[in-house]
Amino acid sequence: MQFGIFSVSDVTRNPLTGNTPSEAQRIDAIGRIAQRADEVGLDVFAIGEHHNPPFFSSSPTTLLAHIAALTQRIILSTSVTLVTTNDPVKIAEDYAMLQHLAKGRVDLMLGRGNTVPVYPWFGQDIRNGVALALENYNLLHRLWREDVVDWQGKSRTPLQGFTAIPRPLDDVPPFVWHGSIRTPEIAEQAAYYGNGYFANNVLAPNFHFLPLVNFYRERFEHYGHGSKEQAIVGLGGHAFIAKNSQDAHERFRPFFEGNPIYGSSYSLEEYAKNTPLSVGSPQEIIDKTLSFREAFGDYQRQLWVVDAMGLPLEAALEQVELLGIEVVPVLRKEMASRRSSGAAEAPTHASLVAAKYGDAPARQPTPNPNRGDNLTGARPYQDTDPALAAKLPLVG
Amino acid sequence: MTKPFQSPEHPARLVVINAGVSDPSSTRMLADRIAQQSLDRLAGAGLATSLTIIDLAPLAIDIAKAIVAGFPGDKLQAAIDSLAGADAIVAATPVYKAGMSGLFKSFIDLVDNDLLIAKPVILAATAGTARHAMVADEQMRPLFAFLRAVPVPTSIFAAPEDWGAPDLGKRIDRAATELAQFVASGVGRAIVNAAWDGYQHQFAGNAAQAERSAADVNFDTDLMRLAAGGSSSGS
Repeated sequence: MQFGIFSVSDVTRNPLTGNTPSEAQRIDAIGRIAQRADEVGLDVFAIGEHHNPPFFSSSPTTLLAHIAALTQRIILSTSVTLVTTNDPVKIAEDYAMLQHLAKGRVDLMLGRGNTVPVYPWFGQDIRNGVALALENYNLLHRLWREDVVDWQGKSRTPLQGFTAIPRPLDDVPPFVWHGSIRTPEIAEQAAYYGNGYFANNVLAPNFHFLPLVNFYRERFEHYGHGSKEQAIVGLGGHAFIAKNSQDAHERFRPFFEGNPIYGSSYSLEEYAKNTPLSVGSPQEIIDKTLSFREAFGDYQRQLWVVDAMGLPLEAALEQVELLGIEVVPVLRKEMASRRSSGAAEAPTHASLVAAKYGDAPARQPTPNPNRGDNLTGARPYQDTDPALAAKLPLVG
Repeated sequence: MTKPFQSPEHPARLVVINAGVSDPSSTRMLADRIAQQSLDRLAGAGLATSLTIIDLAPLAIDIAKAIVAGFPGDKLQAAIDSLAGADAIVAATPVYKAGMSGLFKSFIDLVDNDLLIAKPVILAATAGTARHAMVADEQMRPLFAFLRAVPVPTSIFAAPEDWGAPDLGKRIDRAATELAQFVASGVGRAIVNAAWDGYQHQFAGNAAQAERSAADVNFDTDLMRLAAGGSSSGS
């Protein structure tokens, strides 16, 4: 099972000091948070995608490529990559490139995004959000698996004889998680392809996402990828940890109460009791996280938000350390001891390469020569299947 | 796809929403009279009926918190659950500033779009002057139309003078009779069973018939076909 952190990349005023970090400070901070997560042995760092203030992460692959160079073993992911307003062709290319640079330490989570104006800013319409997400992923799936793609749909220009470059590392696409909090169609798509399903598990009552997770598990089995128990489930959460429960509540309270999303409704105590928000000692975080497994079954990935709400960098780094040193090692043991034998491991690049090739060498796509027109002919790679020859569009 | 929301042997469930906040409250008094008359008329139609009253005043803070947080607490969830199971509803609000009370509207704002589909509702309002007589029909009726509920033909409005007028009792009896006939006919259940898939729904929502697992879900839709690798271009 993988444990890690995810960030929405908010730039929020610190309610204690009144200071709001600049974009530059937050961008610098997130790199240090990711580095520390790597150092303390967390498995995953994920960053969101936004296109409006007060957020900073508009270009996840640029940020993650930088973090890849600063880290050794942590898996880099997204929370989420907008599959509605991004061109799936560009997603295919950007994340394949990132996958090469990070030597396979990359997966991604696809989501629709809930900021209404982002859709028109990128020439789309939120009322088509679900259809866009579904169609764009169908195309993305093919772009990463077929050297040559002919495609026609509603969400973008048709493609004839198109090859997304570079081909995925070892010709094995990054693992994909589909994130959704209310839409069975998205869970259905995750199940159809045997991809992962992630519920953010925040800002909702305890176990609110259980029906959708169970739906995904049922459909995963229906499509023959394995049993319900073998489906690939990820859960989010929000954590604030201190050595003891009282300190955790005291230190977190001003950030909680100063936050427009949390602070104007239920009390911290109500929130911590009735929702997946975890506030307390390491043992309390451990117990609460084990209650997720109790309800959702064995799952593959647990991510927590630790840097939001204006928490200063030093405090966020401390949270990462408490997670990595005090919470996760215990959770690894406790989860493993409870785990049923059939439960799947979280997919990694290495496991996906092994599944595809066994002991054989991985494919290393090598282009044919440029013919002088910046094209390689109907078969782009030296080993492209002859059956897949491109029918290139003719001009004039 | 759909399940009947009331088995023939199950007693009918009448649920009252009362947005009156004082004690005693004339809105609650009106709601009580309508509820009692409805119970009598339902009994006359051969239906055993249970009664649940949702007083909104004690839920006011929960309602405000739920609007800001985006999800209800336990007490409010219990109120929503009882509405989900209702076979008939009495909705009663005081008139404030020429409209239904903000508390009433805020509560309804927290109700799933498909929670009250085809449920019969008696609309009732009280006010300090007869000049507000149309609030039930001009404000509450469109609201319940949006929810695809079925307000009965007669709405009840009570200004101070109505409390001394026998006609109020006659109107209450007429509305109660309409409600009882609607419930007794089973047409609400028939509409839900025949047309449920045609309304907008939320997966695992609060509606009694909400889809909660793969067995409930209609996969024969454009989006579901697209989700399973299909094409949206119709080819």
